[in-house]
Amino acid sequence: MSFLLSSIGKKVTMSLSAFFLISFLLLHVAINFLSVVSGDMYNEASHFMGTNPIIQFIMQPILIFGVLFHFTMGFVLEYQNKNARPVGYVMKNDKRSSSWLSRNMIFSGLVIFAFLGLHFYDFWVPEMQYKYIEFKPPNEHRYFSELVHKFEDPIRVGFYTLSFILLMMHLLHGFQSAFQSLGVNNKFTPTIKKTAWAFSVVVPMTFVFIALFHFIKH
Amino acid sequence: MNLKLKIWRQKNSTAKGKIVDYEVNEISSDMSFLEMLDVLNADLTEKGKEPVSFDHDCREGICGSCSLQINGRPHGPDGAITTCQLHMRKFKDGDSIVIEPFRAKAFPIVKDLIIDRSAFDRVQHAGAFVSVNTSGNTQDANATPINKVDADYAFDAASCIGCGACVAACKNASAMLFVSAKVSQYALLPQGQVEREKRVTDMVSQMDEEGFGACTNTGACEIECPKGISITNIARMNREFIGSNLK
Repeated sequence: MSFLLSSIGKKVTMSLSAFFLISFLLLHVAINFLSVVSGDMYNEASHFMGTNPIIQFIMQPILIFGVLFHFTMGFVLEYQNKNARPVGYVMKNDKRSSSWLSRNMIFSGLVIFAFLGLHFYDFWVPEMQYKYIEFKPPNEHRYFSELVHKFEDPIRVGFYTLSFILLMMHLLHGFQSAFQSLGVNNKFTPTIKKTAWAFSVVVPMTFVFIALFHFIKH
Repeated sequence: MNLKLKIWRQKNSTAKGKIVDYEVNEISSDMSFLEMLDVLNADLTEKGKEPVSFDHDCREGICGSCSLQINGRPHGPDGAITTCQLHMRKFKDGDSIVIEPFRAKAFPIVKDLIIDRSAFDRVQHAGAFVSVNTSGNTQDANATPINKVDADYAFDAASCIGCGACVAACKNASAMLFVSAKVSQYALLPQGQVEREKRVTDMVSQMDEEGFGACTNTGACEIECPKGISITNIARMNREFIGSNLK
């Protein structure tokens, strides 16, 4: 228990939850990209994800816990870190010593959290309502049309794009930083940083591409 | 050169501090920053005013006493030096310079620019030592062969002077660079193996107790460190801490 209460322990749990969320992000973008390739393939993958009991009743609760844990621990650490300097500097010049991204993870995280609220409202809540409140029969052909319908609204697409730009910024520091928190800083670090950078740009921008693709096409 | 100084003045640890404006004239570009403050204090004393209190000792970049936040950066605008090694040639005639103490909950202000860094001492006391036989038959240190790479890394870590610039630079006032340097310098050497696991847990525990923040890996600490201590030491301390807690 003392490990989890220590400053390093909290960072370790932040890193592990971050890696879990990053792996989920990869799976999510792969399935979403199917909607660009073929509506049927997207329907098939979504139907599998939406009806498989292991994913629904084991992985989904773990995912929700992971998201809530990462955000809650982020705020706990931010609160403790702010308390470590109760009186601020009259003048602070951080530009030369650290990146804006690394100093503002809490703000990019907050926007992403707001986006997740909209995302849950858009997709998860209707899905739960469809399956567990209205008890409608499984319809494996509805997913693609629901997706296209959501991306018809330019305001939603705009907020979606902004959120994924913020996610990219969050990942640009967070992904490679998670390795450092777990004690990984060795000869592979330059490669890890480059790979993390590529992932942080490619994955969020693919989400944006998918949204814009459906917005323009339909 | 003539300069405008904005200096944090605070009577004692409980008083409310504020920035006070001063002017110093005919400052030589060959002076050190502390010598410039000496000129200011001589002038203030001559006028019957309270001189500005600031820490200093060796004035050659070894003791780590002269810790000032100058224009928003620990030890000022130059890299890899302490405040006493900062020369006035880094400034221009007419410049305005803001001088503050390092700020952290764990470094309470004693007076003006002097802070209490005994939190670092307490972290060191918690584990930064090795058990050696001092009964008279102590083995010569050179009798223990040490890998050159490890020796170099240990020496680099040991060059930390405990000035607190890492804490001052970190947005979280984290002391991870300092503590990790102390953990690393022993963890890398055979003499440090006996207390290895207990050392890291005790020092991290004391670090947290003192009220320092957590590391966000911004890297500001290693940029502002006058001795160039690398954040690879923080990764090593994280490994040591995780490893000691897994056992």
